[in-house]
Amino acid sequence: MDSLLFIYQELLPELGKGLIVTLKLILFSIPFGLLTGILVAIGRVYGNHFLSSLSKLYVIFFKGCPLLLLLFIIYFGLPSLGITFSPFGASVLGFVLCNGAYTSEYIRGAIQSVKTGQMIAAQALGMTKWQAVFYIILPQAFRRALPGVGNEIIYLIKYSSLAYMLTCIELTGAGKIIAARTFRFTETFTVVGIIYLLMVFVATKILQWAEKKFSYPT
Amino acid sequence: MNTTSATSILVVENIYKTYGKTEILKGVSFTVNKGETKVIIGPSGAGKSTLLKCINQLIIPDRGRIFLNGEEVLHSHSHINRFRQKIGMVFQNFYLFDHITALENVEIALLKVKKMKRPEAREKALKELARVGMKDKAHLYPAELSGGQAQRVSIARALAMDPEVMLFDEPTSALDPELTGEVLEVMRNLAQGGVTMVVVTHEMGFASSVADEVMFMEEGKILESGPPSQIFFHPQEERTKKFLSRISELYGELNRNG
Amino acid sequence: MEGLSAVLESLPYIISGIPVTLGLVALSLLVGFALGVPMGVAMVYGNRVVIKIIQVFVFVLRGLPNLVLLFLFYFGIFPLLGWNLSPFTIGAITLGLRSAAYQTEIFRGAILSLGEGQMLAALSVGMSKNQAIWNIILPQALRLALPGWSNEYPILLTDSSVTYAIGVAEILTRGGQMVTRTYQPMPIYLTCALMFIFLNWGGMQIIQWGEKKAYIPGLGRKRETQ
Repeated sequence: MDSLLFIYQELLPELGKGLIVTLKLILFSIPFGLLTGILVAIGRVYGNHFLSSLSKLYVIFFKGCPLLLLLFIIYFGLPSLGITFSPFGASVLGFVLCNGAYTSEYIRGAIQSVKTGQMIAAQALGMTKWQAVFYIILPQAFRRALPGVGNEIIYLIKYSSLAYMLTCIELTGAGKIIAARTFRFTETFTVVGIIYLLMVFVATKILQWAEKKFSYPT
Repeated sequence: MNTTSATSILVVENIYKTYGKTEILKGVSFTVNKGETKVIIGPSGAGKSTLLKCINQLIIPDRGRIFLNGEEVLHSHSHINRFRQKIGMVFQNFYLFDHITALENVEIALLKVKKMKRPEAREKALKELARVGMKDKAHLYPAELSGGQAQRVSIARALAMDPEVMLFDEPTSALDPELTGEVLEVMRNLAQGGVTMVVVTHEMGFASSVADEVMFMEEGKILESGPPSQIFFHPQEERTKKFLSRISELYGELNRNG
Repeated sequence: MEGLSAVLESLPYIISGIPVTLGLVALSLLVGFALGVPMGVAMVYGNRVVIKIIQVFVFVLRGLPNLVLLFLFYFGIFPLLGWNLSPFTIGAITLGLRSAAYQTEIFRGAILSLGEGQMLAALSVGMSKNQAIWNIILPQALRLALPGWSNEYPILLTDSSVTYAIGVAEILTRGGQMVTRTYQPMPIYLTCALMFIFLNWGGMQIIQWGEKKAYIPGLGRKRETQ
């Protein structure tokens, strides 16, 4: 009873505020992460030597650097170069850079899996290379990349908890603060965990729906 | 146990099997005597493959009894591995173990199931490979063998256990036409050498020259059985006639195209 | 210049975090393997109750953020049980359980990709189900699982830095300590990043070498003689 009372009266209202921050973090990061991923993938596949190498380097660095470390570099390191971010802004930037690197790999793989005939056929119709890329290749590639890209969105939901390490008080941070004040760590983090599982569950369902909606016969 | 005569090795009694709402086997019975070759023919979906798998309990029948050498096979869960050793099985798609060589494929059950010593198992395995003409390919992996070669190795794998009876489940159906000959040749030699066999096949030539008895199966039942001369030239049942004429049509067409 | 001297000053201390990071990764891979293989097998050959339990385990462990799991174990469950475990041990358990969930899926997929024929053939020569799993299914499934399994290394390597939050003295924690001492966050954190990238690259080289060794024609590798 005591636990239930605690969960309803103290925990859930506070966690609700944190949840809103978490949702903001995720929803801000998804579109920019996607955009970054597409640009980096295009640069890698269709760019000239310089652009292609640059994209490759981008992926190596941001996939190899742990996200938490990346957040520290942005939040604690960049100010020494005169660039400062709020904890929220630094988190979103970190998520976008990291998510973009992983997403670009899925999109690159998908672009390369589109048959070469598609490009030739498009150019035979008089399209330029870039018209072919945007109107023919990318729409196909995006559908093929959707399962992988969706996976990265699930990861994003989970890794958004790292924003707490920059003192951005999202869901995990809100939980940590209440738990430290009340010493009810197990209850608090169990509830926090369940909320994350719910988010992952809902996101999975949405992504499955999207995959079905955008699928085409092959 | 008095249902078995002195020479009958395998007795199948009244086997039933249902999947969901589809009744695959509707009371199948037959007896195989020592040294006999029985061939089961019939259209696809007749339940032939299910019947073979019921015999060594890879599929558990709903009803019926199976005796091997007078001992009941069914409902003997603790002993089923012992029975399976005595019932060799050759699959349509060979199912060789892909991670080990031909020789090791024949050896592995001798080592792990029969607990033979390695030199003894090796000798036995090489002998069985020689019997199917595969001794010189003993050290190749399954992926390096042709379909016909792989099927011969899988026959050796089953023979190595010294089974009382060998079951062949459409052993040549997955092979290119030019590779079926080498497998049928091996099977013919086994039959002549006194190996007891039950063969499901569409190879009517093999059936008519090797079988002691041909059983025609349709819709989960054995409709008609008898010596090949009777089944192929004087079938009693209308459906047997129909099936045989369809098969010969098919072969005729193959010949025209080939 | 101050940055360079701070890096040089910090380097030995941070480098001594490499064995800690790699130890976390190795232990987690091991825990994940030891649990993931039997769970993967049970997902294919187990009964319905066992499968349901494993499915829930996989869903929960895959769905929770590492940080939340870490806090739950470190501040909640282990103190509640009265177990006094080091942050390193708790870190390895947390990452290992998470990896077990992913590895379960990897091994399950590998077993399923073998098809049912291998099991049927093994049973038909008289092997018991356990003998078949041990002698026929696992030797093949483990090889097929290698590519997916290798992916766990870079994931665990980057994830291991999350144990910073409970003070495990791995690369990032040590970097952070040196930052507080030298006030040179950028050069020091970049040094840490390069270390992770190098460990990532080095580890993948070893894994690719291992994958080549395990190759069997048609399956991917030459088998070691027994």
